[in-house]
Amino acid sequence: MALERLYVKSTKQVFGIRGSLLFVKAIGGIKYGEVVEVSLDGTSILGQVIDVSRDVAVIQVFGSAAGITPGHTTVKFYGETIKIPTSMDMLGRIFDGLARPIDGGPRIIPEDYLDIHGSALNPALRVPPSEPIETGISVIDGLLTLVRGQKLPIFSGSGLPHNRIAMQIVRQASVRGSGEKFVVVFGAIGVTFEEAAYFLNELRSMGALDRTVAFIAPASASTVEKLALPRTALTTAEFIAWNYDMHVLTILTDMTNYAESLKEISAAREEVPGRRGYPGYMYTDLATIYERAGRVVTKRGSMTIMPILTMPDDDITHPIPDLTGYITEGQIVLSRDMWRKGIYPPVDVFLSLSRLMKEGIGRGKTREDHREVFSQLISAYAEAQYLRELSAIVGLESLTPRDKKYLEFADLFERKFINQGEHERRNFEQTLDIGWEILSIVPEEELKQISPQTLKKFHPKYRLELEGRM
Amino acid sequence: MSGRTGRIYRISGPLVVAEGLAGVMMYEVVRVGGEGLIGEVIAIRGDRVFIQVYEETSGLTVGEKVVPTGRPLSAELGPGLVSSIYDGLQRPEKEIGARTGSIFIKRGVSVPPLNREIRWGFERSREVKTGDKVLPGDVVGFVKETPLVLHKIMVPPEVSGYVKWVADDGDYTLEDSVAIVSLGDREYEVKMYQSWPIRKPRPYAEKLSPVEPLITGIRVIDYVFPIAKGGKAAIPGGFGTGKTVALQEITKWSHADIAIYVGCGERGNEMSDALTSFMKLLDPRRGRPMMERSVFIANTSNMPVAARETSVFLGVTIGEYFRDMGYDVVMVADSTSRWAEAMREISGRMEEMPGEEGFPAYLSSRLAEFYERAGRVRVLGRPERSGSLTIFGAVSPPGGDFSEPVVRSTVRYVQCFYALDYGLATRRHFPAINWLISYSLYTDFVKAYWNKLSKWSEYREAVLKILQREAELSDIVRLVGPEALPEEDKLVLEVSRMVREDFLQQSALNPVDAYSPPEKDVMIMEAVMEFYRAARRALMKGVTVAKIRELKSRAMIAQMKYYTLEQLREGVFEKVLDSIRSEFKGLLGE
Ligand SMILES: Nc1ncnc2c1ncn2[C@@H]1O[C@H](COP(=O)(O)OP(=O)(O)OP(=O)(O)O)[C@@H](O)[C@H]1O
Ligand SMILES: [Mg+2]
Repeated sequence: MALERLYVKSTKQVFGIRGSLLFVKAIGGIKYGEVVEVSLDGTSILGQVIDVSRDVAVIQVFGSAAGITPGHTTVKFYGETIKIPTSMDMLGRIFDGLARPIDGGPRIIPEDYLDIHGSALNPALRVPPSEPIETGISVIDGLLTLVRGQKLPIFSGSGLPHNRIAMQIVRQASVRGSGEKFVVVFGAIGVTFEEAAYFLNELRSMGALDRTVAFIAPASASTVEKLALPRTALTTAEFIAWNYDMHVLTILTDMTNYAESLKEISAAREEVPGRRGYPGYMYTDLATIYERAGRVVTKRGSMTIMPILTMPDDDITHPIPDLTGYITEGQIVLSRDMWRKGIYPPVDVFLSLSRLMKEGIGRGKTREDHREVFSQLISAYAEAQYLRELSAIVGLESLTPRDKKYLEFADLFERKFINQGEHERRNFEQTLDIGWEILSIVPEEELKQISPQTLKKFHPKYRLELEGRM
Repeated sequence: MSGRTGRIYRISGPLVVAEGLAGVMMYEVVRVGGEGLIGEVIAIRGDRVFIQVYEETSGLTVGEKVVPTGRPLSAELGPGLVSSIYDGLQRPEKEIGARTGSIFIKRGVSVPPLNREIRWGFERSREVKTGDKVLPGDVVGFVKETPLVLHKIMVPPEVSGYVKWVADDGDYTLEDSVAIVSLGDREYEVKMYQSWPIRKPRPYAEKLSPVEPLITGIRVIDYVFPIAKGGKAAIPGGFGTGKTVALQEITKWSHADIAIYVGCGERGNEMSDALTSFMKLLDPRRGRPMMERSVFIANTSNMPVAARETSVFLGVTIGEYFRDMGYDVVMVADSTSRWAEAMREISGRMEEMPGEEGFPAYLSSRLAEFYERAGRVRVLGRPERSGSLTIFGAVSPPGGDFSEPVVRSTVRYVQCFYALDYGLATRRHFPAINWLISYSLYTDFVKAYWNKLSKWSEYREAVLKILQREAELSDIVRLVGPEALPEEDKLVLEVSRMVREDFLQQSALNPVDAYSPPEKDVMIMEAVMEFYRAARRALMKGVTVAKIRELKSRAMIAQMKYYTLEQLREGVFEKVLDSIRSEFKGLLGE
């Protein structure tokens, strides 16, 4: 925060406190949304004006209101909305939810101060996302390709390895093309002490730290810091993407903690709750975060967002995943069954979808056969899944040899294609080649999604022939 | 009318309360604060006036001025609408981008909706002469706005009198008069554009009953649950079930003269995707870019929530205006739920009594005001003509649960209900329109049209019956497997699968099949029915379904949708029918 400035005005007229809300007798000139500083003996906390009339200003403080005493506590008004310093020097550093360094390093010399709320991109200036990001994870790159400018969440469940997947993506993600620069912004919201320690350790030991900016607000941080973190992270990401023409991937975890904070504050404000106690404006609130993803005509960089959330009770219809799904462009859903089978990353490919994938793959982007391999893998896996269910009814012995090939395919698909080492990076070509390898188990005439030309060029059988001839 | 300047008393998000605005009207537009942010009066309680502000309010202070404008929120209607991209207040977004030089939407920017510099080629109507009496809606001239749109310049509603003067053919800007109408000692200058309050339906001579289907190019809609020109439809569905794709396909392929796409509280990337494809794709009937007959309103989810309502009403108003020219207009709104949520938010801040799930009590009547503006009408003015406005609204119920207030209220005002199904979408059956709970109340009205093309009434009924039977059988199949069923039921399952996969499923991503003209629907259905008839006969003679399943003609029917109408006509259709007949003959050893 830009703390060094002349306070415009101040008052001691606090007359009520409720949760993290202060009710202050209004003085002239208070701006809606402006930042305030509340001094307690020795220290101070920040807050924001969330409602103001001629008589009363309601202030949301970014911390505990304990120690605030009506009549004694001073409230100083900054005259501005929340801004953070931004700079390219933030690369390689770790900050809290309000962009204050927590890695023991020096303060940032800002190139600019930016409002963390940002502004809406002009829809008429957007360009449809159409280039991939390579995460190095087969199930994502092959079947759920992440496209620059997209917002694609991971729907996880408690105890599933989403944090490890997040770190794997931070380590491995990249874009192709000479001169294209890539940066990862990582934000952790409301994470436990253990998780925070894991992230810090990983980030520090990672070679990729110099192209990464990290923000961490642990569970113990104030509610408002947790609410600010995604915005702080995205403001930094935007600064890098739009001013420095870079492709920025922002990973935010765990957005469920963010939503819980939102609910908490809404309750404190005594707002009429929407579904299951979450505020009615949660859709809009999340949209103002996720809609910051995109590409625009006049800029070379891009903003891609991958939020991670844990579905309460693994329930995809719970308001948090539900509203997220209504905003994002697809979803990657993790499955407890797959995890129990020992598959990492345990992705349920039927419930998952990258809506923008079709524009981001193919010749010159990933590989010419990608679309066909993708359709064939999905449809073969679906057929196999059907046969698995059927065999549960009629018994394995009544399946035909063809059917059994499919069951074998499904097994390998899960164990070789989806399953992957946490430190194993596969590029697009490797991913597609593995796809071909397991497709070759299925009788060739069953590969209806693949054209004869593609088949001749990529099917292992013909490739071997080709290589044999050479 | 516009009285004194008021002062801000309270600011709470998009809601501003002002005092000292005696004489202000409900729904009057006011300019709020030093930047003159646009707001609209939504309630008056004693001296306090409640204003919903259509732009970001942070930074406003108590005591700043509020200036009434004396006018309700209105749309500008005239040449220049087509191919535009507006925000919810009809500000042209491209021009705003050019003017501000920013990639972001800035508040307080004002740019007129219609360009004042362009000179449009005006051609006067040969039917209107000096001295003639003219009434509202009379066409005084024409502007070729785009190669696809002949814009009719009409005497505005509420204006009538004697023609004192009409401009000669030539190029004029919007501010030039093209006619003068006088009544008594009052004169009215007719310009090429007019202004109309967006919350007020435009008048027409008479509402007409639906007679003709609006062909959308989507088989499951056109053939199974048809919509009429002037109809109203809701497309509810959970996330990812295909609402946006359906609405985009409808705006692209519908047999309408004008298409209006309203993105209300949805994604920016979708808007740019739609814009890009409308620029590239050609209207199948006229071979010109679809953009040349389309209007876009883009108020994405991160833009001020209050403007979601205005985007919807702006869209309808523009739709009515083109309807008044005698055109068939289709308008889609994605998603009406976001608008309802905006109502809920503002209502909450006004501390109104919340209704179900926090939505205001007037949710239902507001939805009615919107859908009721659809219709086929005899419009005002001469030459006599009729036009239609068809509305499709997406609904995004939480958790995909149709028992929530927005779906439940919407159902009361629409005649077509296209229920999108999460299960179908997960199985990649698109469009994921659930055939068991969707309906159309227009089937009787469009019967004549379809029965002229084929045995539609009979086939449609058969299809619904087959699908219904399949649903009944599916429970049994789940328990004992499909092979345990009697042969007749196995055949029903086989044919229902053909209906689903070969007819109902239609990928928006497939360049050939994305648009399916009625003649193509009829041919595919004829082939499926021919197969069904032949198969039933064969069954009676002891042939098994397993044998029938192996027929090549079965696979040929599946391929039909990937042929163009021309290819089907020029041989493919005949070949499919022939092979069905000869293969079954072979099976029976005839
Ligand atoms: N007719 C179709 N043909 C092919 N694919 C489709 C079709 N309809 C939907 N899909 C697939 O489903 C995805 C989601 O569709 P869509 O964006 O229309 O969903 P939606 O109902 O609008 O979701 P949301 O409520 O989240 O906006 C698409 O990206 C596409 O992959
Ligand atoms: Mg949608």
